[in-house]
Amino acid sequence: MANFKINGKPVRVDVDNDTPLLWVIRDELAMTGTKFGCGIGTCGACTVHVGGRATRSCITPVEAVEGADITTIEGLSENGEHPLQVSWQKLQVPQCGYCQSGQIMQAAALLKDIPNPTDSDIDAVMGGNLCRCMTYVRIRSAIHEAANGVKEDSHE
Amino acid sequence: MLKTMVYGVCGAVVVGAVLFGVYAWHPSIDEVSPVAEHNFTPEMVAKGKMLAAAGYCDTCHTPPGGAPYGGNYEMHTQFGSIYSSNITPDEETGIGRWSKAAFIRAMRSGVSRDGSHLFPAFPYEHFNKMTDEDITAIYAYIMTSVAPVKQVKKDNGIPFPLNIRWLQAGWKLLFADTQQFAYNPDKSKQFNRGAYLAEGIAHCGACHTPRNALGAEQYEKMYQGAAIDGWIAPSLTATSTSPIPWREQDFYEYLTTGNAPFHSSAAGPMAPVMHKGLTQLPDEDIHAISAYLADFNNNEASASAATHDVVQTALAAQHTQAPPRIDEGARLYATACQSCHYNSDQVVKGRPLLAISSSTNLDQPTNLINVVLDGIHNDQGIAGVVMPGFRDALSDEDISAIAAYLRQSAGKKPWPNLQQQVVDIRAQPRFAH
Repeated sequence: MANFKINGKPVRVDVDNDTPLLWVIRDELAMTGTKFGCGIGTCGACTVHVGGRATRSCITPVEAVEGADITTIEGLSENGEHPLQVSWQKLQVPQCGYCQSGQIMQAAALLKDIPNPTDSDIDAVMGGNLCRCMTYVRIRSAIHEAANGVKEDSHE
Repeated sequence: MLKTMVYGVCGAVVVGAVLFGVYAWHPSIDEVSPVAEHNFTPEMVAKGKMLAAAGYCDTCHTPPGGAPYGGNYEMHTQFGSIYSSNITPDEETGIGRWSKAAFIRAMRSGVSRDGSHLFPAFPYEHFNKMTDEDITAIYAYIMTSVAPVKQVKKDNGIPFPLNIRWLQAGWKLLFADTQQFAYNPDKSKQFNRGAYLAEGIAHCGACHTPRNALGAEQYEKMYQGAAIDGWIAPSLTATSTSPIPWREQDFYEYLTTGNAPFHSSAAGPMAPVMHKGLTQLPDEDIHAISAYLADFNNNEASASAATHDVVQTALAAQHTQAPPRIDEGARLYATACQSCHYNSDQVVKGRPLLAISSSTNLDQPTNLINVVLDGIHNDQGIAGVVMPGFRDALSDEDISAIAAYLRQSAGKKPWPNLQQQVVDIRAQPRFAH
């Protein structure tokens, strides 16, 4: 049994304490935007936000998030208008798309802590998110693009 | 001549035994009808509730998932397992028929109502520093507000002869600090308030002061760090191995938010101490404890941590890492850890910079390995934020490689037998509350 908030809504799920959060999100709460990749926290496909921080949900037991506030790709913005989602579309970042929700969630957390990242900041923080289509160059460009958008927004 | 000597020695032994018997013997205090005692003011009960929280009574008196204060929490000591007592007001299996006098005697001198000696796993030496009024408030809270639970205490796993209760009197005679709290006129009022709380109800020394072979706190090494429940309670003094000295504001931030960005997070046994315990105290009391602990560290409150050379070096070093294709630890760190632990040109709270963290700089890898294995739950460290656990994701070899890499990045000498230590720490009972 676990209680937490997901995308602003309180939920209560009846599962074993050691059930991975990813399984709860996909199988119990039927939100399939978050993907299963490696299952050992080393590919980043399952990245969600817990308390605003990027977290690998495949190795986070649900008991660890009791009372926490979780955001998935479905809840990152109301209408898919997060600066990263906009720049992702503008630069046509995805190829097969499987890793992209994890990439965007990780990048959103990056921009919160490091609003104007250098290439090496992006490489360091995004290095744990693998992309089998090798879209890394476009991911990096889209993060710069979104960072500039965030900055322009904040000047308005 | 020989005869006289033999008589003399025998006589001395007999007299000694009698004197020890007198010292060790405590009378039973009569049971009372519980109703008669329950005329406490709501203010006193509220104060008792706060103090019971600040003393984490329920941490040791409640097993994981068990009824609050019902006892049978298992404490792993070097002498064997000790199960805590039921301190709910249940009349048969709890302390429902204990008078106020019996409760105060137990809190001050570790003697149960029936006159038997309690083991010093119950930190009565610390509670003895409290005023009668504060102890009575806790009594008032337990008697009026804690739900009675019928639960018989399990037998301790302490082997003979250490399980003989009256031998505890000898332990007390040799080691116990029986001094009540004394106001230090050379120090500020705030320091003294902090000392009263930290040495008394909060019993910081019970975990942070090293103990001797017989389990007694070594007061000459007060707060210099010790092993507890499979973790290391780090030194709180100038002997700390933390590269950035602890300042008053670091203690305060740690004790109010669960994390000090230039040091560490409240994990393991410290998590409930901070989140369930000290947060219940008024803000000025946390300031007082912080001021008191800062006094054990020779540092300047004005010194900046953010511009400290060590921090600047550690931030810069992130960009000149060992090549991930060659160094397995660097590769695993980049894959599994760096996305959350990397900092750009300043340390962000919630992105612990591991080269300067307490766990990387301690003489033992214990805390670092514990956190890698089981992560940080929502009720540990910074509230609302978690770290995943890598117990089922990384092998002993992987974790050992990451720990060795981090240790090297901190500029410290390697931990010995690291991989074996990972194996041992993985196998130890997981700390749970």
